[in-house]
Amino acid sequence: MKQGHFTIKENTRLTPTTWRMTLEGDTSAITAAGQFINIRLDGHFLRRPISVNDVEDGIVTIIYKVLGHGTEEMTSFAPGKTLDILTGLGNGYDLDKAGDRPLLIGGGVGIPPLYLAAKWLREKGCEVTVILGFNTSEEIYYVDEFSSLGCEVLVATADGSTGIRGFVTDAFDAAGGDFTHFYTCGPGPMLRAVYDKVFKTAGIAGQMSFEERMGCGFGACMGCSCKTITGYKRICKDGPVLRTEEILW
Amino acid sequence: MVKVDTKVTLCGIELDNPVIPASGTFGYGYEFAELYDINCLGTFSFKGTTGEARFGNETPRIAECPSGMLNAVGLQNPGVDAVISEELPKLAKVFNKPVMANVSGFSIDEYVTVTSKLEKEPQVGWLEINISCPNVHGGGMSFGTDPVMAGEVVSAVRKVTDKPLIVKLTPNVTNIAEMARACEAAGADGISLINTLLAMRIDLRSRRPLLRNTTGGYSGPAVFPVALRMVYQVSDAVSIPVIGMGGVSSAEDVIEMMMAGATAVEVGAANLVDPFASRNIIADLPGTMEKYGIRSLREIIGAAH
Repeated sequence: MKQGHFTIKENTRLTPTTWRMTLEGDTSAITAAGQFINIRLDGHFLRRPISVNDVEDGIVTIIYKVLGHGTEEMTSFAPGKTLDILTGLGNGYDLDKAGDRPLLIGGGVGIPPLYLAAKWLREKGCEVTVILGFNTSEEIYYVDEFSSLGCEVLVATADGSTGIRGFVTDAFDAAGGDFTHFYTCGPGPMLRAVYDKVFKTAGIAGQMSFEERMGCGFGACMGCSCKTITGYKRICKDGPVLRTEEILW
Repeated sequence: MVKVDTKVTLCGIELDNPVIPASGTFGYGYEFAELYDINCLGTFSFKGTTGEARFGNETPRIAECPSGMLNAVGLQNPGVDAVISEELPKLAKVFNKPVMANVSGFSIDEYVTVTSKLEKEPQVGWLEINISCPNVHGGGMSFGTDPVMAGEVVSAVRKVTDKPLIVKLTPNVTNIAEMARACEAAGADGISLINTLLAMRIDLRSRRPLLRNTTGGYSGPAVFPVALRMVYQVSDAVSIPVIGMGGVSSAEDVIEMMMAGATAVEVGAANLVDPFASRNIIADLPGTMEKYGIRSLREIIGAAH
């Protein structure tokens, strides 16, 4: 973990409720896809934990959804503003477990960290399939970005307005490949459905990124603990990524 | 530049400075040692330790508030035996000062068992008996809201330790001075206060309490004036040293707490927002002392009385 000041380079709207921000600063603590950063905002006591979408030579990109006062305020930040940020938080995905044909499954606001995973998996030469789930077509973002990496992308919308009608699990049925491993991030109910279908039924092991309300974000307060088969874990420090074999629901 | 003296003496043990990260905000220390040399601290109070391992309450157990936060962690800890066999050896590698052991429990027997085990640990300098956790049922704060029960806990643990015994009090009482006096009469060597204020928040979308435990403890800068008032009252009521805490976030806050009567000052929620908070407060102390014409911190303890 490192604490540093980052300068906003870009802050743009991707969908009616989703924004992308790029920040310039010392990114050396960010070592794994699936890690997060924790941003201090004036007028708010706790920092805002947001997953890393991309990182390259001193530039970190985040994609955030407007969920409350803090993220609402972030949409008004102009380029040039500096932010106090803790970087390199959480374990992140272990990409060495991917095998040749990894599957990435992202739902809504859980999609951003999978982009960096996809990018690095492609660099390793993996054949990457990505399933992206949204409620409706106006919420869709980043399909082209995943495609540009050379991933096969399947889109599911709950209302059927684009792609496969239904959930990411319906898209998984349609994908039908023999995947070597999977990586996922998304809302709690989606994670449970993916666990049941992909791990329990299809027998593919994977890594799942969880979300929990955090105090510190670096393992000190025990605010975000969860129970696993291998003991109590802090989502912020021992997670947010857990292996399917250790998850207790 | 005139050399200022930040040293204080807490229950017979000299501290390089009065700054002590508070229990529950600093783990067992070694994780912060990855960030900076924690030997700059006066000492720190480690995570509240019980007889057996505890997960604590179900999540969510954190909520944000204006100028502070709620927690309902509920004393998650690995249990005293694991603390002694695993956590303290790791701490000894990175911290060469006496540490404050925070003892929690659900019965007088449990307080006595945990205390008697930690009593044998050479690195434990002080025992801080937590009779003030608002997030557990059937123990914790219930001992700290009744002067008779508080006295019973203190008398019982007093029999099994010769180390300095500090009792951590809850602000959720009508008469804090009466609680402090009961602890002093039962053999306490010091009083620390305040633990968190019992509070809650409601999620407007779900129309349900934000915390799974319904209530939690409020900490952060918002509670500082409440804490300061109670430290002032308690230091008037007892002759043993008082450790002030509650929303302390700066060197100015440390000095203000000491003027209210605190011999040492614990820093809590600030560590969670800025992992370097305690180190920065210590670094700021000499300059802040000079600004206010303070040569030695010892001379300002209780100055406001």
